[in-house]
Amino acid sequence: MAKFEKANSVGEWLDQRLNTTALNKVMMTEYWIPKDINFLWAMGVLLATTFGILIISGIFLMMYYKPDIGLAFDSVNYTIMQEVAFGWLFRHMHGVAASVVFLVIYIHMFTGIYYGSYKQGREMIWISGMLLFMTFSAAGFSGYMLPWGQMSYWAAMVITNLFGGVPVIGDALVVWIRGDFNVADATLTRFFMLHVFLLPITIMGIIGVHFYTLRIPHVNNQSSDEFDYDEEAEKYLAGNKKESKVIPFWPVFISKDLAVLGIFLIFYFYLVFFHYNFAMDPVNFDPADNMVTPAHIYPEWYFLWSYEVLRGFFFDIAGFKAFDIGLIAFAFANGIFLVLPWLDRDPKILPAHKRPVFFIWFWILMVDLIVLTVYGKLPPTGTNAWVGFFAAVAFIVLFLVLPIVTKIDAKKRGDA
Amino acid sequence: MSNETNRRDFLGYSFAAVAAVGGAASLVGMKQAWDPLPSVLAGGFTKVELGELKPGKPVTVTWRGKPIFLLKKTAEMGENTRDLIIGSDRFTVAIGLCTHLGCIPAWKKDTWKCACHGGEFNPSGQQVFGPPPRPLDLPPFAVNGTAITLGEEGPEYKKIAAAMMA
Repeated sequence: MAKFEKANSVGEWLDQRLNTTALNKVMMTEYWIPKDINFLWAMGVLLATTFGILIISGIFLMMYYKPDIGLAFDSVNYTIMQEVAFGWLFRHMHGVAASVVFLVIYIHMFTGIYYGSYKQGREMIWISGMLLFMTFSAAGFSGYMLPWGQMSYWAAMVITNLFGGVPVIGDALVVWIRGDFNVADATLTRFFMLHVFLLPITIMGIIGVHFYTLRIPHVNNQSSDEFDYDEEAEKYLAGNKKESKVIPFWPVFISKDLAVLGIFLIFYFYLVFFHYNFAMDPVNFDPADNMVTPAHIYPEWYFLWSYEVLRGFFFDIAGFKAFDIGLIAFAFANGIFLVLPWLDRDPKILPAHKRPVFFIWFWILMVDLIVLTVYGKLPPTGTNAWVGFFAAVAFIVLFLVLPIVTKIDAKKRGDA
Repeated sequence: MSNETNRRDFLGYSFAAVAAVGGAASLVGMKQAWDPLPSVLAGGFTKVELGELKPGKPVTVTWRGKPIFLLKKTAEMGENTRDLIIGSDRFTVAIGLCTHLGCIPAWKKDTWKCACHGGEFNPSGQQVFGPPPRPLDLPPFAVNGTAITLGEEGPEYKKIAAAMMA
């Protein structure tokens, strides 16, 4: 064993055994952040905090929740809401955080797209981020099912049915996923396991990877300025804080993050206490009934855009069934963001306002996603169905033309 | 290459072989753990008396947690290859889940209409409007007199299923 000197303080004792001083430097006081970033870069800290809220409120809910189709509904709507002290608060915190976490993820994602933060050298940050989005989606869906209300049941019905679209093994796959011929007790208990154990622990693992991938190419900045981090860090450490383009994460940059977090938490708790209903669909206060479908079913707001892409194709085209086209479009919508770094053919990293055509592309995408989200909630009849169809087609076309769009910008600048 | 290296290579390959067999076996076990339980499979049979149905008035029974539409057809409802003929009566037997995304259509006058996405099915279970890609599915059944047992594949079922495939 290595030789240890007698320590003069608890800090020194820990430093000898855990190297805390070096760890603190790497993780906090010498983790360099560019100065040129705005409040949109605080979304990471917001997400980490919201995830923490979800874990803690989830632990308290799990202590009274019963994953059994005979007991689940009452354990949530009676025991937790009426009997458990502050049970209502934990439920509303959990429900609202589950909704708000997607809002922040979307802001985080589109900030990345706007400033080109997924490009050259930062591909792994983007990919791990998209994997986080997918696992969060799975966690959101599996959790939505647990209160075993009507919307929970039929959401599970529709989502598990989607796997029936897989060629050849589709029908058997649906039965296997459900563990029954129908969405039943076996389905509830396995989704409970996924929601409280497997998915959260996977999310934690990917969060670790996401943070790690960030440390190598470093965080992007508002002007997408490329500079030598080591050089800038040396300037800062030598005392030229004004000239240096970087600041340490702790305690300097974190102050800005925490200020944004403060505003966010005020907004979040305002929702929790005064507008928790937006995350609680009234249909879900009817217990699940496998023999009656609610008149109009739709997912939570954060899935509406991809739901609308799925059902936007409502008629057969060139011999292909509307159902199959919808499924393929849905798979496309959920997978295409993953390969974004390779669809962008611009060799330079620049913010969208310095790439004129891409700038237009970006805002059309935003508008299209909003249209898809709004129409995803409306009944798919008459004009609504056609708006949905064109918005879904526009979504696909936008990604097909992205390589051309980005190339045009590069050519205009003389970079390609 | 020295003898030591060869020996270590051999150990490595042996470990890889053992791990591959063990890994494959665990995957099979994990796959089967998610299969429906024997009690679920055993409960998958439902017997229904068709003789008591009134013409033109469909009933819904539960089989494997799914709604099953049973309809004794009237003369006006026409004939169809998927009709189950018992004596002089024609019946429609169908899984009552819209073939689009699985909602339960409701009987309105003489059609099953799905509120979710507007799909419509005629008394023979065929899609006549909206997004459903195919007619209502046929559950497996066996005929015993005027009763049917859902979950068993009888000759009548096989005939109708073959006719629907064609």
